[in-house]
Amino acid sequence: MSSLARSLAAEGTAASSAPSARRHGAARGHSRAAALYLSPGMLGFAIFIVVPLVISLVISFFEWPLFGVPEFVGLTNYRYMLTGDPAFWISLRNTLIFAVLYTAVNLTVALGLSYWLMNLGGRWASFFRVLFFIPVVTPMIGNALIFRLILNDDGVVNQILGVVGIQGPQWLNTPFWAMLSLVTMSLWQGMGYNIIVLGAGIAGVNPSVIEASRIDGAGAVARFFQVVFPMLSPTIFFCTIMTVIGAFKVFAQPYALTEGGPGNSTNTLVLHLYRNGFSFDKLGYASSIAWVLFVLVMLVTAIQFSQQKRWVTYDS
Amino acid sequence: MTVEIAPRPRASLRLPMLVSRTLMCVVGLIFLFPFLWMIATSLKPTNEVFATGTSLIGSRIEWGNYLVAATAIPFGRILLNSLVIAFAGALLTVTVSVLSAYAFSRFNFRGRAALFGVFLATMVLPQEVLVIPLYLMMQKAGLVNSYPALILPFAFGAFGTFLIRQFMLSLPPDYEEAATLDGAGRLRTLVSVLVPLLRAPIAVVFVFSFIEYWGSFLWPLIVVNDASMATVPIGLEMFSGERGTDWGPMMAAVTLVVLPSLLIVVLLQKQLQQGVSMGGFGGR
Repeated sequence: MSSLARSLAAEGTAASSAPSARRHGAARGHSRAAALYLSPGMLGFAIFIVVPLVISLVISFFEWPLFGVPEFVGLTNYRYMLTGDPAFWISLRNTLIFAVLYTAVNLTVALGLSYWLMNLGGRWASFFRVLFFIPVVTPMIGNALIFRLILNDDGVVNQILGVVGIQGPQWLNTPFWAMLSLVTMSLWQGMGYNIIVLGAGIAGVNPSVIEASRIDGAGAVARFFQVVFPMLSPTIFFCTIMTVIGAFKVFAQPYALTEGGPGNSTNTLVLHLYRNGFSFDKLGYASSIAWVLFVLVMLVTAIQFSQQKRWVTYDS
Repeated sequence: MTVEIAPRPRASLRLPMLVSRTLMCVVGLIFLFPFLWMIATSLKPTNEVFATGTSLIGSRIEWGNYLVAATAIPFGRILLNSLVIAFAGALLTVTVSVLSAYAFSRFNFRGRAALFGVFLATMVLPQEVLVIPLYLMMQKAGLVNSYPALILPFAFGAFGTFLIRQFMLSLPPDYEEAATLDGAGRLRTLVSVLVPLLRAPIAVVFVFSFIEYWGSFLWPLIVVNDASMATVPIGLEMFSGERGTDWGPMMAAVTLVVLPSLLIVVLLQKQLQQGVSMGGFGGR
């Protein structure tokens, strides 16, 4: 498995090294034919990705109402973001906290569960993998509504806690617990994805290598860290990249579960962006938030790629 | 430490395995508990939702909740919208991806590596960054509240092209050369020779794209403001906006939305598992 995750990571490090088109291409140098096949994809890529990205940057230098005349304001939006809008810093901090908690717990638990599932064997493993995947496909807004119900002050979670004599907190109405609820709901919602990816990765680890280390007397824990983890590291790397990006984009969960509250305590960058753009009619300011998000995600991803040498092993 | 070479006796394997499997079932049940509670609540009278404590059943089974849910939101319509959008979007994504992958893997042209590199790099670009200009573009084009607005912006990502290209590279060009010698044109060769060989990655791209459209929330929330164009998540959002605390009918509505999703997971599970074992990405 993960040969693709691997080559993707490799493409990320080295510039894509044109894989011997000479060997594959019966048609060499047929630029015109190539352009023909490329045109739908590249046209769409230009119109729906490249152009909006550039426009977004342009808009961020304007005061831009949904209806009305835009006005060029230079760096005002960015200055306001950094010095005049405390909610921006709070939502940035919340996004970072969310990203760290969500990614760390997600990867750890998903790794543990997929290792456990592998030991249960074929049918059991695939049954439970599908089971954990269900909330990935059910609409996030529905998932959030369910959690709003069970985490209600008088909801079933607190009722169950009450049965064992614990007075449960106000899960969605106190800053600390609201963030924790947000992370928990998001984990429930998204972990199934990594369980499947890592499960496939573990299935690709050569069992005779694990057996050999067992014979060498390595315990289960040592076996995991010395044998399974290194062989799985490209897959884990890939999952980390995608999970971190997903965490920075978090929107539907705070939107529907906590409405960013109480106060701004679960407001996130994309929720802040959405509200400024479509509730407060400040498309220019929202675009400057979008660009900060973009630069942040690129930066974090680049740092992860630059650090992968330290722990990712590609030769298995 | 004693070296253990002989296979362990079966009995000693069985007990830990039994414990392990039982524990996993418990984990699975806890994991599914929110769905169980959703169904239980959907059948309770609203005024009993919190009064019944930990009981799964209220004083009576309130089927009426489903009637309220199904009539308050145009349920058939939003389901149809979501299915049309997800199906058309996935089809478009697959078509475009196959064509691009073909160009990137079978032709040598100037700037190919650079173009592919830039294209691939956008896989990590959050779509959320683009929603404002996309909205303004759709507004200019008069496409707000339309299928094209819901479909087009998500069909041109790099994931599908990357995955299919990877598989094309592993196919020797001999097949196509034979077909070309037989006089078939390039497009016919692509469709009749390569596409059948690429069934597996194509199915995977289709499924992941379908799920992405199906679950998409932010973009439809922005570009749709007419209930008749709402997708499933937006319909649910509209419903909860109107009756946020009417938990019985609301959970009935969520149940109605979860069921088709469940059907999708069960129907497509083979492609899902196969897909991630191929490359492990897509999704949200």
